[in-house]
Amino acid sequence: MPTSFSLARLSIILPLMLLTLSGCNMVVMSPSGDIAAQQRDLIVISTILMLIIIIPVILLTVYFAWHYRQSNTAAKYDPEWHHSTGLEVIIWSAPLAIIIALGAITWVSTHKLDPYRPLDRIDAARPVTEEVKPITVEVVALDWKWLFFYPDYGIATVNEMAAPVNVPINFKLTASSVMNSFYVPALAGMIYTMPGMQTKLHAVINKQGEYEGLSSNYSGDGFSHMRFKFHGLDQAGFDQWVARVKQGGTMLNRDAYLKLEKPSIKEPVRYYSAVENGLYEAVLNMCVRAGQMCMKEMMHVDMMGGGGLESHENKAKLEHDNRHADSASGHTEEAAPGATFPETGNPARSEEPAEGIEDRQEEPATMNHDMHKM
Amino acid sequence: MSATQVQNTDEKPQFYVTEEHHPENSTMLGFWLYLMSDCLIFAVLFATHGVLGRNYAAGPSPADLFDLNLVAINTAMLLLSSITYGFAMLQMERNAKMETLVWLGITGVFGAAFLGLELYEFYHLILEGAGPTRSAFLSSFFTLVGTHGLHVTFGMIWLITLMVQVKKHGLNPENRRRLMCLSMFWHFLDVIWIGVFSFVYLLGVLG
Amino acid sequence: MFGDISLTQFIFGRLTLEAIPYHEPILVATFIAVALGGIAILGLITKFKLWGYLWHEWFTSVDHKKIGIMYIILAIIMLLRGFADAIMMRIQQAIAFNGNEGYLNPHHYDQIFTAHGVIMIFFVAMPFVTGFMNYVMPLQIGARDVSFPFLNNFSFWMTTGGAIIIMMSLFVGEFARTGWLAYPPLSGADYSPGVGVDYYIWGLQVAGVGTTLSGINLIATIVKMRAPGMTFMKMPIFTWTSLCTNILIVATFPILTATLALLSLDRYVGTNFFTNDLGGNPMMYINLIWIWGHPEVYILVLPAFGIFSEVVATFCGKRLFGYASMVYATCVIMILSYLVWLHHFFTMGSGASVNAFFGITTMIISIPTGAKMFNWLFTMYRGRIRYELPMLWTIGFMITFVIGGMTGVMLAIPPADFVLHNSLFLIAHFHNVIIGGVLFGLMAGLVYWWPKAFGYKLDAFWGKMSFWFWQIGFFFAFMPLYVLGLMGVTRRVSQFEDPSLQIWFIIAAFGAALIALGIGSFIIQLIVSFLKRDQLRCDSGDPWDGRTLEWSTSSPPPDYNFAFTPVVHDHDGWYDMKNRGYERPVTGFKPIHMPKNTGTGVILSALSVALAFALIWYIWWLAAVSFIGIIAVSIAHTFNYNRDFFIPVETVTATEDARTKLLAERT
Repeated sequence: MPTSFSLARLSIILPLMLLTLSGCNMVVMSPSGDIAAQQRDLIVISTILMLIIIIPVILLTVYFAWHYRQSNTAAKYDPEWHHSTGLEVIIWSAPLAIIIALGAITWVSTHKLDPYRPLDRIDAARPVTEEVKPITVEVVALDWKWLFFYPDYGIATVNEMAAPVNVPINFKLTASSVMNSFYVPALAGMIYTMPGMQTKLHAVINKQGEYEGLSSNYSGDGFSHMRFKFHGLDQAGFDQWVARVKQGGTMLNRDAYLKLEKPSIKEPVRYYSAVENGLYEAVLNMCVRAGQMCMKEMMHVDMMGGGGLESHENKAKLEHDNRHADSASGHTEEAAPGATFPETGNPARSEEPAEGIEDRQEEPATMNHDMHKM
Repeated sequence: MSATQVQNTDEKPQFYVTEEHHPENSTMLGFWLYLMSDCLIFAVLFATHGVLGRNYAAGPSPADLFDLNLVAINTAMLLLSSITYGFAMLQMERNAKMETLVWLGITGVFGAAFLGLELYEFYHLILEGAGPTRSAFLSSFFTLVGTHGLHVTFGMIWLITLMVQVKKHGLNPENRRRLMCLSMFWHFLDVIWIGVFSFVYLLGVLG
Repeated sequence: MFGDISLTQFIFGRLTLEAIPYHEPILVATFIAVALGGIAILGLITKFKLWGYLWHEWFTSVDHKKIGIMYIILAIIMLLRGFADAIMMRIQQAIAFNGNEGYLNPHHYDQIFTAHGVIMIFFVAMPFVTGFMNYVMPLQIGARDVSFPFLNNFSFWMTTGGAIIIMMSLFVGEFARTGWLAYPPLSGADYSPGVGVDYYIWGLQVAGVGTTLSGINLIATIVKMRAPGMTFMKMPIFTWTSLCTNILIVATFPILTATLALLSLDRYVGTNFFTNDLGGNPMMYINLIWIWGHPEVYILVLPAFGIFSEVVATFCGKRLFGYASMVYATCVIMILSYLVWLHHFFTMGSGASVNAFFGITTMIISIPTGAKMFNWLFTMYRGRIRYELPMLWTIGFMITFVIGGMTGVMLAIPPADFVLHNSLFLIAHFHNVIIGGVLFGLMAGLVYWWPKAFGYKLDAFWGKMSFWFWQIGFFFAFMPLYVLGLMGVTRRVSQFEDPSLQIWFIIAAFGAALIALGIGSFIIQLIVSFLKRDQLRCDSGDPWDGRTLEWSTSSPPPDYNFAFTPVVHDHDGWYDMKNRGYERPVTGFKPIHMPKNTGTGVILSALSVALAFALIWYIWWLAAVSFIGIIAVSIAHTFNYNRDFFIPVETVTATEDARTKLLAERT
């Protein structure tokens, strides 16, 4: 019964929706990745389920409002009528029934689409088999750009990402300074990236194409431009892309990372043909700078009961948030500035531009590939 | 006027009181509600300590830092002050102004001793390099214990104010009500301290 | 420059001339407008010698009615500021395409969206709601004032103090650029070094003191001061929702206070609660702030539900359908609102079971909410609906709110939330429930109780204009945001690259313009009604054929509200009285015991603002002085034992006789 009812509704609502929205590309409603597609299905199903209640309520509101208007003396008027056990049962149980249905869907789908759970299917038709080898991408949200490590290939990129279609992608994500959220609407739902912590996301892209990726959690001045292109490529295309990165890129070592990590806006696409060993781990553990103690080590010490009374030097080794304070010019020491850039010329973070801004000229030509317009 | 039906005409009920209506005094309820809201502030601080209490940042841990003997003396001071406050309230019930004041004074002395010991402890910790900025554990420790200490400080200010007021105006209804409120406040701080002592100090050192 | 820099720094802290944004044309123009307006108002007050009147009759008043009105005036003024921010954002987003950076750089845009959120929630919705609870609730329960009248005055001034601190940031320094909940680590000292976040913290802390104390006060009032005969299950629904809201306030605002205190320790002392390093945990802030933040939503919407319940029953000329289930629904919502906070960050990587649990608890809230909706619906059934303004807002609410409710349940499904979270779909959702629910309710309440407060109705024509502009403007402004959300557009972005989005932003800006007309019509409505007040006058005290006790007294009510405390037999107390032949007493009056006015609240609030300003700008001597001042004034206040007086019987008799005469003339 409910199914046929909802389908009838669907047949009325959906064309209407499509009619009004045909002019725009609703990527969330027509994604290209299997996870996002299942998330889209949930939106549709829950909408239909709720419309079972919502539409009668709206229609009844309009009808009652019209029928029982003061001027309609033909309508029945019963000022003392205020209770009906039968009606009360219905008005509590009807929403309850819908919520039980939705709750069941929620429980199942939340577990099934848990971003931490490895994929078990590539799309509705194809399961993930033993032979399918997922690719791993390690993502770092920097101020205000994205850094992608491809540990399987030993390469890294900034503000551009590619993945072969129909191959599961295992994302590991972290951030350098503040919270961001990694979101490629066509691919899968978003997940926060947080400094010193690692989140995970499992997804797959099913169609070739160029998609938008962005940060969906506000992170400061350059947030609006914290975007990147996500390329879904066939295997050959992906191999070519990897080759291009390897060929044209430079080395990403700790020094290069520390320069890159400084705040910058509208950073161009950059390729790194090689990556220093363990750099992502060091970023995750906030110990890229020389002499820093890694979070992992700190947590180990803490678990063993702390560093004891004679551990003063550990404090400086663990400080991370104030890392740009010493490099910024002059005035930070005496008193923090009251107002920040641009009112006073006081910078919000660091004054030194990130790497991309100072030595752009020296970049190899390949980075023009899909570079953001400056 | 609209045609309203008269349902019950046989007897005309009373629709207003002709005498001055005195609603119950709400002060105790209001103060109790305030204490509950204050309790939530401590709940947040306890929860914070629960989350951060073992994040030593490769620094000293409770076992390295806390002197349980000192804390035990400190606890005794506060518990004794609660008892002596109770004696003050008993004297208030007897309407004995001078005795009430004496017991309040003794309470104040115990409170001051508590604060003094706490300040000594803080001073000592900071001297050892274990100040509130050293690690998240120490941040939450100093904040939780310090917030309690601040409450005791305000309790002391209030206590002294009330002693002056009792001296000046005697044990009139307002002052009695205020003494009752401070009594609740004082015992409340005691209860919080028992939580601090068990969860922060004992569990920290032994757990 | 001054020879001794450290002396300047000692006196002014980090406040320098550069903190005054005289090189920002928008701010300078705003400042000039505000300054001229302010000087004009101050000049008029001085010219008509109103200072004494304002001070004695309003600022120092402990009368819950006057305090309620002052709260609502504060809310309306702040609404204008918050809405100006909204319009600026809408214009920026409508033009910032194709490399056009718009007219607001991120530095300004980020302050504006932060200020918009903070102001609308803390300084529009909260004082509006508190204003109604203050004004109406004691009248509904037949009380003469609240439990702690001085505390009430103090609470109001603390809320105002918070608003003043936020407004100061416009012209001295800057406001936070962190979003309205100031998530760390972004809001920490290292990533937001300026005064913005400090303004945010101290503005909310000062206002928060007021809100918490007012919550305690109103709970005590409802529990202890109800008229004889009014059991809990005979309280009017608005009183019930006020009770639940105030319980929520007392049970959540301390959490906000504590959380912000920890953030300020991080910023001022250098502790490590929410830092990335040294063991801090930013996620804890997000949990704590939403443990306050989600109940806050219900703090706002429950009183609005109460208003709709009163309005529906009154204008349908019918008892509320399902009074008991309405009460239970309110209580269930109150309790459940604590069990859902995590749905604000499903995407932070909690496990599937945790997410699913919070998703389902969130959905469960829609059951009592749905029951309420049906209760209003069946109150209309077999009613005789008079389409006065409050009823229009109510119908508008019922149709608008269910859409917001539906999108809310969609967001409660964690996997769906993964693609909708932080998107404009979310923005559309919460504006849908806050405008469609809270704001429509407050507007309904305003036109409903205005005649009670001032003795004349509000002009219907401009009221209808306001309603329709708001209603249509709302759909134009926020339906495009739903679409944009589904197009993958997220919040707090100030410049766009995809040109196909622009048309939707332009439609949204058009909607915002309609809402601006709605607000304009509302202001015109107030002015026109004031000018036509003699035509619109309703002396009876009961212009709508009301059902609850506030309509049994005169409009505006006398200082003492009721000459004799009413006795209640039914939850529609006044309806019952009218029905069963109540006759207004005309003799036998007695002197009435009332609290005295006091200026302590104003002084304490002013000192708190000074303290906050000093802390924001690191002016330590001023901080010390104002802090000691606060303690000293508080102690001095407790030495005043002479806080009440009796309204002499002659005054009561004269007031009541005048009303007797007026009522006789009418018939």
